[in-house]
Amino acid sequence: MPPPSASVRDAEQSHSPPPLPEAHAGTQKISVRELDFYYGSAQALHNISLDIPERIVMAFIGPSGCGKSTFLRTLNRMNDTIPGARAVGRVLIDGEDIYAPGRDVVALRRKVGMVFQKSNPFPKSIFDNVAYGLRINRLTDNKTELQDRVADALKDAALWEEVKDRLKSSALGLSGGQQQRLCIARALAVRPEVLLMDEPASALDPIATQKIEELIAELKERYSIVIVTHNMQQAARVSDQTAFFWLGKLVEVNPTEKMFTAPGEKLTEDYITGRFG
Amino acid sequence: MQDVNISAARRRAISSVMTTLTALCAFVAVAVLLVILGYIAWRGVGALNWRFLVETPKPVGEGGGIGNAIVGTFILLALASVIGLPIGVAAGVYLAEFGTGRFGQLVRFLADTLTGVPSIVVGVFAYTVVVLPLKQFSALAGGVALACIMIPIVARTTEEMIRLVPHSLREGALALGAPQWRVTLDIVLPAAMSGIATGAMLAVARVSGETAPLLFTAFGSRFFNLYLDQPTASLTVQIYNYAISPYDEWHAQAWAATLVLMTLILVINIGVRFMTRRKV
Repeated sequence: MPPPSASVRDAEQSHSPPPLPEAHAGTQKISVRELDFYYGSAQALHNISLDIPERIVMAFIGPSGCGKSTFLRTLNRMNDTIPGARAVGRVLIDGEDIYAPGRDVVALRRKVGMVFQKSNPFPKSIFDNVAYGLRINRLTDNKTELQDRVADALKDAALWEEVKDRLKSSALGLSGGQQQRLCIARALAVRPEVLLMDEPASALDPIATQKIEELIAELKERYSIVIVTHNMQQAARVSDQTAFFWLGKLVEVNPTEKMFTAPGEKLTEDYITGRFG
Repeated sequence: MQDVNISAARRRAISSVMTTLTALCAFVAVAVLLVILGYIAWRGVGALNWRFLVETPKPVGEGGGIGNAIVGTFILLALASVIGLPIGVAAGVYLAEFGTGRFGQLVRFLADTLTGVPSIVVGVFAYTVVVLPLKQFSALAGGVALACIMIPIVARTTEEMIRLVPHSLREGALALGAPQWRVTLDIVLPAAMSGIATGAMLAVARVSGETAPLLFTAFGSRFFNLYLDQPTASLTVQIYNYAISPYDEWHAQAWAATLVLMTLILVINIGVRFMTRRKV
């Protein structure tokens, strides 16, 4: 699918307000069907089926080692880099199976961006970090457009004001919270349709965490966001839907409000109320 | 209580004895180097002057210098670097990024073995594959011999340096849709570059002192030579030839040439320190 040009996208934004999640209630961005996942002979995910609608935030919660990060990484095939890792089942994004033979993993990852737990800026300048995805994917050859898109991404990630005067300086000189927002800007620059976030705020102080959470609230108007978090309050604050994983199984998925007030499963309730995990 | 005090005193005594002992050994280790350097400087500085550095060798009693050997050494080092560094770095990249299988292990083992091969054997190898077919000694043959010594060193240091690049950086680039080769080229290599450069410089410093692989490859020459297919002088071979000669004047010149060579190696090593310190 060709990327929409800047003008088309801007026109969409200015003329029609971003559609609300309800308007897309029937549209599933991601549909996972009977997914098993193995690290060598050890099975990490058991028979997961899950739908992630357009333009909402879905949170994955569960104790350490329950498979939520593994599951997140099946959605952009990041697990492909792990020797011996293997997925069985179907993951449909916009109706296409991303594990079908011959599927282009590079195109998939352009469409499904990812932000990692530990911020991982490249040892390059702030500008080059954000421009990297645009350059490798040849999304623009025009220098002005490149600069505009980098600036847009930094604004979207709420980092522009802090770095606009030092775009040429090293990204490694930024604070931890700034580095993580830079990584978000880097992911946004290629204009993905889905954003995967693997505990994006776990290494940040409360102020930086708040900024990231505000950011998520803004970004969900344009992206489907899936966030893994250990912090139950965070899941309750930022997400529309919550999925609870336990021992590699998906126990329950429900609207976040229901999940935290009237969970359907005893296991979920025990976990949320802190009886284990 | 009494026992505790005795054992504490005993422990302190043993501790100070051992500290003194290790300090003494450290001093001896450094002292050997300082004595060597000092002795070379003392014996070498007498014959050292400007003309010695720029002139070609002359018959006994007429002076002469090592200008051609200095030039020759630089040519040989440049040749060895041009041949050895790309192969070594590329091999190291392969080992670090793709060499997980049996082939990678084999290459790694062979590289380690090659590092331990006596340099005279490498000289014989270069003699066989370069000198014999071309039917003459040449700078090229010397360069090939030195490159053979550099390759395994550079390959292994490059591999180590690339392995130090955090996996999270690779994942970050892959997640943006970068193909594997772009990740290696754009992200991993630049991140490891200062370490790779350090390894390369150390390999150059290492081979700049080699004599045996040059004896029957570059062979030596009494003239300035810039042709790669001709026999070429080098500091080490010149030192060797002068040192085994029966003339006192040539002995003095050998000492002076040694001083020049040691200075060269020292400069390279200091350069390495400088590079690594700046890039932290």
